[in-house]
Amino acid sequence: MPLLQVSSLSKSFGGVHAVRNVSFDVEKGMIKALIGPNGAGKTTLFNLVSGFVLPDAGEVRFDGRPIRGVQPWQVAAIGISRTFQNIKLFAGMTALENVMVGRHVRSRSGFLSSMLHLPSTWREEAEVRGRSLELMEFLGIAALADSEATSLAYGQQRAVELARALASEPRMVLLDEPAAGLNMRETAELARLIVRIRDRGVTVLLVEHDMSLVMDISDEVVVLSYGEKIAESDPRTVQKDPQVIRVYLGEEEC
Amino acid sequence: MRPALLRQVAIFVAVFVALELLAVAGEKSFLLTQVTMSAYYTLVVLGLSLLMGYAGQISLGQAGFFALGGYTSAVLTTWDLAAQRSVGWVAGAARVGLLTSRTDAFGAQVLTVHPWPALACALLLTMTVAFVVGIPVLKLKGHYLAMATLGLGTIVYSIAVGTARLGAADGISGVPPFPLLPGIGVGGSMGGRIVNYYVACGILAAVMLLLLNLVHSRVGRALRAIHGAEDAASAMGVDTAHFKVRTFVLGAALAGLAGVLLTHFNGAIGPSEASIMKSVKYLAIVAVGGMGSLWGTLAASMVLNFLSLRGYFGTLDDAVFGAILIAVMLFAPQGILAIDLRRALRILRPARGAPAEPR
Repeated sequence: MPLLQVSSLSKSFGGVHAVRNVSFDVEKGMIKALIGPNGAGKTTLFNLVSGFVLPDAGEVRFDGRPIRGVQPWQVAAIGISRTFQNIKLFAGMTALENVMVGRHVRSRSGFLSSMLHLPSTWREEAEVRGRSLELMEFLGIAALADSEATSLAYGQQRAVELARALASEPRMVLLDEPAAGLNMRETAELARLIVRIRDRGVTVLLVEHDMSLVMDISDEVVVLSYGEKIAESDPRTVQKDPQVIRVYLGEEEC
Repeated sequence: MRPALLRQVAIFVAVFVALELLAVAGEKSFLLTQVTMSAYYTLVVLGLSLLMGYAGQISLGQAGFFALGGYTSAVLTTWDLAAQRSVGWVAGAARVGLLTSRTDAFGAQVLTVHPWPALACALLLTMTVAFVVGIPVLKLKGHYLAMATLGLGTIVYSIAVGTARLGAADGISGVPPFPLLPGIGVGGSMGGRIVNYYVACGILAAVMLLLLNLVHSRVGRALRAIHGAEDAASAMGVDTAHFKVRTFVLGAALAGLAGVLLTHFNGAIGPSEASIMKSVKYLAIVAVGGMGSLWGTLAASMVLNFLSLRGYFGTLDDAVFGAILIAVMLFAPQGILAIDLRRALRILRPARGAPAEPR
C-alpha cells in the first residue's frame, strides 16, 4: 500500500480551479517531486495534504487512513511534517530552540509539570535537546545551535527548517520549494541532504522549481499545469514528454 | 536549578531583604505596606506579561479577574452563617472544617467560610470564567481577546458597583486576615507589617519561579513559536488554540489570586479594583517592562505600582499610565529595558574622532 494516496482532489478559490481532479500515490521510501509553472496549484496541493486547506472534493489517505477534516496540528502527530516556501522560522528563538519545537509531538510536558519542573519534565527536556542537537549534527548545522534562527544566512535557515521538520521523526516530509533562494553550491548540498533524509527512511514529497535538483534526486515526478496533472513518471520520461515540454519546459526555458 | 536562575533568585532575595533593612533602618517601615501591595499587584501583571509576550494576546480584563477573585473571597469570608447553624449544609460544612468561627470588628461572634476554601472557590470561578470566555475567542486569529475581555471587565465592574450584596460603591470591608501558618498570614493584624512584607515577597518569588520554569519548558517554547509564526507552530503539531486558552486561564488565575490576597491584606475590596482603567494600568506596566520579559515586568510593576500607591501621580494617576503606555509604544515598543542606552547617548553626543553614523 502506498504511504500517501491522493485521489481525485479538487479545490477552487472563487472561480479559480487551483487543483482539479488530481490523483497520485507516493510509495514508502521514495522521493517524489511535484513540478509545474507558477500558479499550477503545487502549493495548494501541499496545503491540502498538510491540512491547512480543506478540499472541495476527493480525499487524501495517509497510510490507508483518510486525513480529511484533520486539524493542521494533528497532521504532525500522524507523521507528516513540512517546510514552507517562504521559510517560517520562529523569530526570537535560537536555531536549536526552533528544532526543539519540532519535537513537540514527541514530548508531553504540560503547564503544571513544566511549572513545577518535575523530574519527568527535565528528563524529557534533556532528551528533546539531545535529539535535536543530534539532528542538527546530521544536517551539518550543529555549530549554529545557539544563533538566533532568523539572523542566519538564507541557506542555513533552510537547513534549520529542515531539521525542525525532521525533529518530529515524521514518516513523510513535505518540502515546499526547498531550493528557492539558494545558490548552485547550496542547492547541490541540499540535494545530497534530501537523499540522506530519504535513506533514513523518511519519504519525501517536494515541490520544486529547480529542474536540475528535481531531475537529480527524484524517483518520480508529477507535472501539474493549471491545477491538473498532465504527466507522472520517472524524471527521464517526464523530460521527454511532449506535453510537459510544451506547457512547462518550453515556456519556462530561457 | 539552572545557574542563571539561581543567580536571579539570589538577586531577588538580596534586593527585597535590602529594601526591608533600609526601610526599617531609616524608620520608614510604613513604606513597606505599599511595597507589599505592589508585590500582589505584580502577580496580576506577570500573568498579563505571559499572555502578551508569549501567546501574543492582549487582555483588558485583568482587573475584572482580580475583582472576581477578591469579591468572591470577600463575600464568602464575611457572610455570617451563625443564624443558619442548624441548616443541613451549613452544619455539614462546619463539621468538615470549611467554616470558621471568629469575632468580627463589632465584637459579635460570626460563622463564615474559612479563607482557604474561599480561595479555592475564587480561583475556580476566575478560571472557569476565563475558560468560557477564552475558548470561543482564542480559536480566532487576531486581537478579538482584547475586545472580549474589555466587555468582560465592564460587566464585572457594573455588577460590583450595582449590587447591594457586594456593597455597591462602598465595596466589602471587614474581610478577615488570611492565615498561612500560626501567627503568619496575609492581613493587617497578622504579625504586622514586616511579616506581611516577607509573606508577599515569598509568594511573588514562588510565582516567579513557577513562571520562569514554564517559559523555559516545552510549553514556553510552544508559546513563543505561536508568537513567532503561528502557521509553522501548528505544522509542528502545536495545538495553538489550546495553548492560548491555557495561558489566558493561567493569567486570570494569577489575577484572581492577587485579588484574594490583596483583599485579605487590606481587609476590604471596592469596585474601583474592577475598573477598566486598572486593566489599562496593568497593560501599561507590561509595556514598560517589555512584553514577555518576566524580570522586566516585575521591576516595572514594583516601581510603578509603588509610586502610584504612594500617590506620586496624584489625581492624574490614570492619565499618567495612559501617557506611559503611549510613550512606550512610540519610543520603546520592546520595553524600556530593551533600550540601548549607549546607543542613545551616542546619538545625543557623537564621540570625537569617530565617524558619524550614516543616517
